[in-house]
Amino acid sequence: MTTQQAPSRGRVAATLWRRPWLRGLLTLSPPLLWFLVIYFVSLVVMLITAFWSVNPLTNALQHTWSLDNFRQIFTGTYLSIIGRTILLAAVVTITDIVIAFPIAFYMARVAGPRARSILFTLSVLPLWASYLARVYAWIVILQKGGALSWTTQKLGLGPVDIGYTNIAMWIVFSYIWLPYMITPIFGALERIPDSYLEASSDLGARGRRTLRHVILPLALPGVAAGSIFTFSLTLGDFITPILIGGTGSSFIGNVIYSNIGVAGNLPFAAALSVVPIVIMIVYLVGARAVGAFEDVT
Amino acid sequence: MTRHSRVLGVLGAIALATSFTACGGSGSSSSGNSNGGGGGGGTSALKAPMQDAKLPSKIGAGEGKLNLIAWEGYAQPQWVKPFEKQSGCKVSAKYAGSSSEMVSLMKDGGGGQYDLVSASGDADLRLIYSGDVRPVNVKLLPQWKNLQPFLKSPDFNTIDGKHYGISYEFGPNVLLYNTKTFSKAPTSWSAIYDKKYSGKVTVPNNPIQIADAALYLSKSKPNLGIKDPYELNQKQFNAAVSLLKKQRPLIKKYWDLASQEINLFQSNATVVGAAWPYQTNTLRAAKVPVSDTIPKEGATGWADTWMLASKAPHPNCAYKWINWVSTPKVQAQQAIYFGETPANKLACPEMDKIAKGSCAQYHANEPASYFDSIKFWKTPLPQCGNGKNDCVPFAKWQNAWTQITG
Repeated sequence: MTTQQAPSRGRVAATLWRRPWLRGLLTLSPPLLWFLVIYFVSLVVMLITAFWSVNPLTNALQHTWSLDNFRQIFTGTYLSIIGRTILLAAVVTITDIVIAFPIAFYMARVAGPRARSILFTLSVLPLWASYLARVYAWIVILQKGGALSWTTQKLGLGPVDIGYTNIAMWIVFSYIWLPYMITPIFGALERIPDSYLEASSDLGARGRRTLRHVILPLALPGVAAGSIFTFSLTLGDFITPILIGGTGSSFIGNVIYSNIGVAGNLPFAAALSVVPIVIMIVYLVGARAVGAFEDVT
Repeated sequence: MTRHSRVLGVLGAIALATSFTACGGSGSSSSGNSNGGGGGGGTSALKAPMQDAKLPSKIGAGEGKLNLIAWEGYAQPQWVKPFEKQSGCKVSAKYAGSSSEMVSLMKDGGGGQYDLVSASGDADLRLIYSGDVRPVNVKLLPQWKNLQPFLKSPDFNTIDGKHYGISYEFGPNVLLYNTKTFSKAPTSWSAIYDKKYSGKVTVPNNPIQIADAALYLSKSKPNLGIKDPYELNQKQFNAAVSLLKKQRPLIKKYWDLASQEINLFQSNATVVGAAWPYQTNTLRAAKVPVSDTIPKEGATGWADTWMLASKAPHPNCAYKWINWVSTPKVQAQQAIYFGETPANKLACPEMDKIAKGSCAQYHANEPASYFDSIKFWKTPLPQCGNGKNDCVPFAKWQNAWTQITG
């Protein structure tokens, strides 16, 4: 057996050695196949479905091509839902940047090693708890007669009733995605060599100037990377709007969800799914322009 | 009642609560005495592909297995275990999150894999007209004669005298109100359209809510000529939608989960809304001053049916299962577990045995007039009872609902 196999094995090895492209192809083909079949093809299938319609009686797919689904998206209601989703995702992202930057800065440049690791653990600790548990906790805080309202009343500010509103969604989203913003900014700030700051100060720049002209530009890729998380996670969410939102709080995800789950209108849901994909492509191109994908080293 | 539960792992925890949300019952058993079978006018011109399938004359030996598609909570160990022991049929249940999911799982007659589906009324006609379910022989199902009369041959599961399964459990969508705000029970659905309660109203987040508006309009604006709230022509549909658009500023929240409505009434954020008896009972148990009623216009409601897949691989076990879950005891267990009303009218004493007073809480002992006031859910189809094809189909309902709430 060994005598028979050895030459053939040798020949295979030799062939591979002589043709490096074949070697590369063989190594890459399993992940490539996975990417193509599972990821890409399913996306394409979804795109194709978006041009179909359903039979009103049996809810079966009707394979007739039409642009009606897309036309429907460009009507007032759906445009306002898309606008609301993008706006809230943007506001949440900005809020998270404003909150996360000082925390990340303190962790990366001020705190000692011990305090740093404690702070880092604390900032990602919420991720260990279930998303649902955290959202429900916020319902208890924000609802009428909840913890927030109780506190403001004790302080003599009167009751606050912001449960089931878009403001509540803004607060909850900002809270939930904050760790995804702190971590990349922390990473970016930590990598800034001390020598840069020393050089800046040697050249006479004070703290504020160093921050603006040295630290901020170098932290920008981290901010952009973090914003990809917060923006896309908010953009695709549909659970928080269900649990925390009030009237006029529907997101793109909610409309997709109810078109699948309630109405069984897959084609329209597929057409609507294209919207966040397009938004994210635009966003990623923008993030790339500011260098979110650079200097990973 | 779209029982949208289970969409993602993330939603798992709220799945049960959500599955309440849905259960669309169909069938405009408009007058309750729909006993004679006969599909609703418009659809009778259509032919159900399996209508001539041969019926078995007796239940043979079990095949040892049974595969169900069910709502979460419809195959609980407390009644599945004894069934497996007694029949020798090993039960596997696949939980569906929505009526649409049920319909797609049942494609091609259950694909030779599934035997039964606990379909709600908004899926029934779709299953029947796509030939995915087949008629059953009610002579082999002794509990059938004990069903509430209006559920024996309702037009959402019985067409031309053929029974495509038998009714299981049902429930009304009631008007829930805070008894401190309403010193006496509101008699009309107008309460949820009344500016007096602005910001203190809650209704389900479901397009079938349009039918509730249509039901109200059918009495308050008789000149619209609404006869069946699920069969609306464009003009009637527009009237219902514009009523709901006017209602929107009054709404505190469109609820998706029963637990949300409970929460809203508990914290006094809302004082009136559309609900299921489950919410009323839970709130009362928590000593919240609420009560519910079916106003003079009547109410919408859901009804579930165990339907037999046209390619069921284990039909004998399927018949055995239907018989088992139709017995008063299982009907009572199911009703209390899920918070709904059993179809078997003998289940009432069994319910009180499990939880005292539960029979009355879930209205299982009401007179026929009470049940007649419930218009059971069915999927709005383009074909309507007048023989014309001018009714607004469900996809448009969804679109309009997004416009109302979005």
